[in-house]
Amino acid sequence: MSNIPTDLKYAKSHEWVSLDGDVATIGITDFAQSELGDVVYVELPEVGRTLQAGETFGSVESVKTVSDVYAPIAGEVIEVNGSLGAQSELVNSDPYGKGFMLKIRVSDASALGGLLDAEGYQAVVG
Amino acid sequence: MNTLSFRTKQMPEPKLIFDRSSAGRVGCNLPKADTPEVDLAAVLGEVREELNLPEVGELELLRHFTNLSHINFGIETGFYPLGSCTMKYNPKINEKTAGLPGFANLHPMQPVETIPGALDVLIGVQDMLCAITGFDEITLQPLAGAHGEMTCLMLIKAYYEARGEGQKRHIVLVPDSAHGTNPASAARCGYDVRPIPTNAEGNTDLEALEKALDDSVAALMLTNPSTLGLFEPNIEKICAMVHAAGGQVFCDGANMNAMVGTTRPGDHGFDCMHLNLHKTFSTPHGGGGPGCGAIGLMKHLEPYLPVPVIRRSEMKVIADYDRPKTIGRVSAFYGQFLMEVRAYTYLRAYGKEKMADISRYAVLNANYVRARLKDVLPPAHDRPCMHECILTAEKYKKENGVRALDISKRLIDYGFHPPTNYFPLIVPECFMIEPTETETKETLDEFCDALIQICHEAVENPDLLHDAPSTQIVGRLDETAAVKNLDVRWWPKS
Repeated sequence: MSNIPTDLKYAKSHEWVSLDGDVATIGITDFAQSELGDVVYVELPEVGRTLQAGETFGSVESVKTVSDVYAPIAGEVIEVNGSLGAQSELVNSDPYGKGFMLKIRVSDASALGGLLDAEGYQAVVG
Repeated sequence: MNTLSFRTKQMPEPKLIFDRSSAGRVGCNLPKADTPEVDLAAVLGEVREELNLPEVGELELLRHFTNLSHINFGIETGFYPLGSCTMKYNPKINEKTAGLPGFANLHPMQPVETIPGALDVLIGVQDMLCAITGFDEITLQPLAGAHGEMTCLMLIKAYYEARGEGQKRHIVLVPDSAHGTNPASAARCGYDVRPIPTNAEGNTDLEALEKALDDSVAALMLTNPSTLGLFEPNIEKICAMVHAAGGQVFCDGANMNAMVGTTRPGDHGFDCMHLNLHKTFSTPHGGGGPGCGAIGLMKHLEPYLPVPVIRRSEMKVIADYDRPKTIGRVSAFYGQFLMEVRAYTYLRAYGKEKMADISRYAVLNANYVRARLKDVLPPAHDRPCMHECILTAEKYKKENGVRALDISKRLIDYGFHPPTNYFPLIVPECFMIEPTETETKETLDEFCDALIQICHEAVENPDLLHDAPSTQIVGRLDETAAVKNLDVRWWPKS
């Protein structure tokens, strides 16, 4: 069973979002890391880049495949998780914590309403 | 059910050649030099001392490599159903003809006037491939499959540039089930790649295709049969839709083994395609290689063919360089010549009448495997497959914590090469099994029996699978470490 915390929002493309004020933390879900298998490389955007909702912000390479990752919500990148460079395995071991990917300053927090809650995401992953 | 026998003890790890080394031991005795000795350091500057080359006798050397060959696995030691790779048996007569001195001793720089026999072989392969694929022209110049893909896209690009549409048509459409080389080839040629989804039946989503088609599209790259092992039932319609939008349709010929002698991509409406002679036409691959591509194309792309073009002129076969619209060479020499000799031998050995046996038995064998395994490993799409079947192990992952990879590793303990895993990407916990036409029913039964038994093990004793393989010189490899800490050098311990 995948771990799907109830206090987060989710995109169908398997990213999670947690909002604190106007700063959103974004990563990929436990289901996504489990499907990908061991992650060996994470490509992340430059700080300062503006992302549209649904836009590719980077990619995750595992021993099986390479997958794009998408911004679930629009905003400006204010921090990327630098420790994933040397320790990409954090995406597998702690996808909702130390394995987060980036933080963005969201342009419109109400857009979060368009994302799935834990129950809705559970239905997506079956 | 029979209990299948397999090796239960782990093989000992072989010694390295360096471990057999003893200072001063040699494999051959050279006479003492009768010329003045030279101070190498003075001549060369620096002499490297750290190479630490092994010093062994001839017998130690022979044993070392013979023992290594025993732990190798190939089509000649066992069943090798690696999906999408067409690991068929390559008849030995291919080696005999390729070894004929008249072929084997040709020099790549020899004047073309001195090799009429070689040109005859090349045009013979081209003629037969034209007949098999239904295309107007074939060139054997590309050196492998992806090289052929790229060459096709270069021809398409040249075609649109000549029509003044080079800038406008900058998009190449690629289905989400495609081989990764397709988008890579398109990107390499400067195209923007757009994915086209596959529908629930495993076919190209026609609505999505219709929406994506406009005058910015240069080409659709379509694999038929698809990587799901399914023949695209709307193939003629798809080609017509792309043509109506002014685009070209490229056929990825990776799965040609399903169609040889039975149906022709040129008749389906494709404008060009690549072939892997090393898969479909039995030139060696899988560590042996080299890859051997060829492309087929319709008349409108012919002016842009890479030079030289091997063609008939009056009573002779010539290598034609006088081609003003050519895209140039795509390889320093024309194809992999001795591979063309092997493909020629294979094609002539089958002959036109028997050619369809290749695809018929390939499709029959894949459907037999699919039918025998359907209760333990259900097919991703419940309909007859072509030359390979796509099965899913999703239920073992959900219920027993066993992944497709674990099942594959366990197959090694039973003496089989695992099938392709995790491709196509759109099928969860995917197996892609391609038995090819050269396997007997008995071999297919042994393989299916083993897989059925392994699926029972997955339920009853999942750790047997998690720990597999347990019979080889190494157990489960750390694939993550292999990617992240890639180090293929060997250094002496001291």
